[in-house]
Amino acid sequence: MNAPTYNFAYLDEGTKRMIRRAILKAIAIPGYQVPFASREMPMPYGWGTGGVQVTAAILGPQDVLKVIDQGSDDTTNAISIRKFFAKTAGVATTTRTEEASVIQTRHRIPEAPLHAGQVLVYQVPIPEPLRYLEPRETETRRMHALGEYGLMHVKLYEDIAKFGHIATAYAYPVKVAGRYVMDPSPTPKFDNPKMNDCEALQLFGAGREKRIYAIPPYTQVVSLDFEDHPFTRYRQDAPCALCGAEDSYLDEIVTDDQGSRMFVCSDTDYCETRQRDGHLGSESAPNKEHGHG
Amino acid sequence: MYVAVKGGERAIDNAHRLLAHARRGERAVPEISLEQISEQLSLGVDRVMVEGSLYDRELAALAIKQARGDLIEAIFLLRAFRATLPRFGATLPLDTGAMAVRRRISSTFKDIPGGQILGPTFDYTHRLLDPALAENSDPELPATAAPSDAPMPRVTDILGRDGLIEGSPAADDDAIVGDLTRDPLSFPADRDLRLQNLARGDEGFLLSLAYSSQRGYGRNHPFAGEIRFGEVELEFFAEDAGFAVPLGPIALTETQMVNQFKGSATEAPCFTRGYGLAFGQSERKAMAMALVDRALRARELGEEAEAPAQDEEFVMSHSDNVQATGFVEHLKLPHYVDFQSELGLLRRLRQDFEDKAADAPLKEAAE
Amino acid sequence: MTTVAELPAGFADKVTAAQSTFRAVMDAMARPGRICKVAAALPAPAPLMPAVAAIALTLFDHDTPIWLDAAVVRHREVGQWLKFHCSAPVVEEASVASFALVADPARMPALDCFALGSNDYPDRSTTLILQVASLTDGAPLELSGPGIRGTTALAATVSADLIAQLALNRELFPRGVDLVLVAGDEVVALPRSTRITAKGG
Repeated sequence: MNAPTYNFAYLDEGTKRMIRRAILKAIAIPGYQVPFASREMPMPYGWGTGGVQVTAAILGPQDVLKVIDQGSDDTTNAISIRKFFAKTAGVATTTRTEEASVIQTRHRIPEAPLHAGQVLVYQVPIPEPLRYLEPRETETRRMHALGEYGLMHVKLYEDIAKFGHIATAYAYPVKVAGRYVMDPSPTPKFDNPKMNDCEALQLFGAGREKRIYAIPPYTQVVSLDFEDHPFTRYRQDAPCALCGAEDSYLDEIVTDDQGSRMFVCSDTDYCETRQRDGHLGSESAPNKEHGHG
Repeated sequence: MYVAVKGGERAIDNAHRLLAHARRGERAVPEISLEQISEQLSLGVDRVMVEGSLYDRELAALAIKQARGDLIEAIFLLRAFRATLPRFGATLPLDTGAMAVRRRISSTFKDIPGGQILGPTFDYTHRLLDPALAENSDPELPATAAPSDAPMPRVTDILGRDGLIEGSPAADDDAIVGDLTRDPLSFPADRDLRLQNLARGDEGFLLSLAYSSQRGYGRNHPFAGEIRFGEVELEFFAEDAGFAVPLGPIALTETQMVNQFKGSATEAPCFTRGYGLAFGQSERKAMAMALVDRALRARELGEEAEAPAQDEEFVMSHSDNVQATGFVEHLKLPHYVDFQSELGLLRRLRQDFEDKAADAPLKEAAE
Repeated sequence: MTTVAELPAGFADKVTAAQSTFRAVMDAMARPGRICKVAAALPAPAPLMPAVAAIALTLFDHDTPIWLDAAVVRHREVGQWLKFHCSAPVVEEASVASFALVADPARMPALDCFALGSNDYPDRSTTLILQVASLTDGAPLELSGPGIRGTTALAATVSADLIAQLALNRELFPRGVDLVLVAGDEVVALPRSTRITAKGG
């Protein structure tokens, strides 16, 4: 039997070359979705194959990798991907945002500001921001070519007419460097402003849809809005119950069947760092690392 | 006091350990061997090879065993392995006319040169559960005859001699063979890429699309010109050696559909073709593929393309069950961050709605 | 004629050398104007500079047609070396090249002779790798655009004509070519998104 053997970071060098070329093009054309010959990965499409391929193509032995899903290092998918790279690339891993050189994420941007030495790799399910308005690739490609985004503005405007608000809470579309409308992946719109003028390089990988795109550092990223309905961030109106943070995005935790709930930081590293620094919330449990609430 | 849930890593390890245990099943029952899967569940192995796009019975059998008989999971395993293999080039075109035929039927002629050969088929079996198979079946040995050396020309070639069917596209030895696993797909796609997509496509999806075309959603009046199954020699042209090297035989099923004739002011009416090819004995797949191939040629043949089976972008974007299963099943992953963002928005919208409802009577009273 | 055995070797450790070279080029592309060192730069057949050789081994393969300028073509060994180590096809038609190697920028063809991509697929464009005398001794240029905080300075030795052409290239955005300037083992990138003006000009 052909017993399989795998290269450093799983991908063969030919595949890495192909992905690396796509990444360079993506950086040169901010917000444009570069088609690439996405490979079949040993994890399912829709579970981060795009992010994993981008990470595998950039990762080196000197890197320190952090993987988060929903802001947490300890969600099952984050653990699974971190283990994959620890096993295939033997790289150091961390949960500390500031220590990481490469951060792969699903659905969140860390709360701590990113710095110039870092690359943030997003897992993207549907890279095309116009896809739910126009399912045909041939049509959406033409719209991007012409910079014709009227359809998106009409949709947002219809929301306002119907609901009084833009009814998009996550994957909120942005315009990159004044040219391409881009899908930020299903991050809550709370995170959108972090993409603007960010010191770190941001790379986006969509494996099933075979697209890579990028936001270079210090690039203007504007959330689409209207003068009379400006973009607003949304955050639950509560402090974190564990660290007291008033500026972080919160998870809602249902605590019983009577409608009781509490809010804690979705970014677990941010929350733990604050707790270590002595910040406390109403439900803090000092000196306890493991257990169930 | 609240402490966030930890220990996901151990949970994953334990779940996988439990999976291995469940896969093995009752340990008093003998473990199934790859040979048993390959020999006795051979059509399952064929399907996994076709949609996994890798001709290796042993690895396909392993994948089926590892996947606990879930064929889509097995296809996924084989695909992921295939993606790591080096690519040396493309083989020479197969000559299915030179196939060592084990089964060959045509519904368009009563008799054909070389004859109709039923071969191993479920056709005309009465679908009655057979209790004799429940254990230790010992079937009769097959009837045999001396192999025939009569030529077995493809039925479409017979029709082609009289110009009654459109010609097969002429081979272009210099043309690069498209490969959608190596290059990102763009639309419109050429027929080589469409056929590759269909060959890898989910049998159930293609079957339903083919069926829909028969029921009038893009009808093209098909006849099963010929279905043949057997072994074909594979050859690879080695640049270094300067000649074609035989790689051995592979089992294939080929279907040529003969479809409604068309013509134009400049062309005499003739039948058109739909083509299906699959590893192993995969008749349902090859037939469905041929019907959908023909449906997808609508644009090229100047037909109205309005039905799902004729919509290239729709068909090609949704035919792959590894992609489809991944994306459908990714809904199992945590989505609480985006869900809560949506929850927050919904609460606000409901608040607005209630405020408005509360304001309305006041307004009416004021008027 | 040089035999394969006489050609300069490729990377000693393919995997890590290609990765570190890519990261240098990626960093350069993400931060236009920044000088990035290619640690895995290696001796290559003349007239290729060490960093150019490393970039070739990192990014070129049978899927990337390569265009060579006259100053490179003259040295047949370069073509042999590229074919042997990268399996990259060398093409005469600049407009179909994925990459172009330019050893003599003073005599290079106009930028619009290369693939500029289409509005539908602006990525189908040529990346030009230009060997220059220096990345620090030229006339001062001011850069702005994505990847740059405000503005940044660059003093690579590039001609005024090329700067003028790059201004036109910027106007084509999202179409256009991307440039990687190389001197020895150092690189600077000028992607199509970068605005370049002569300082004080």
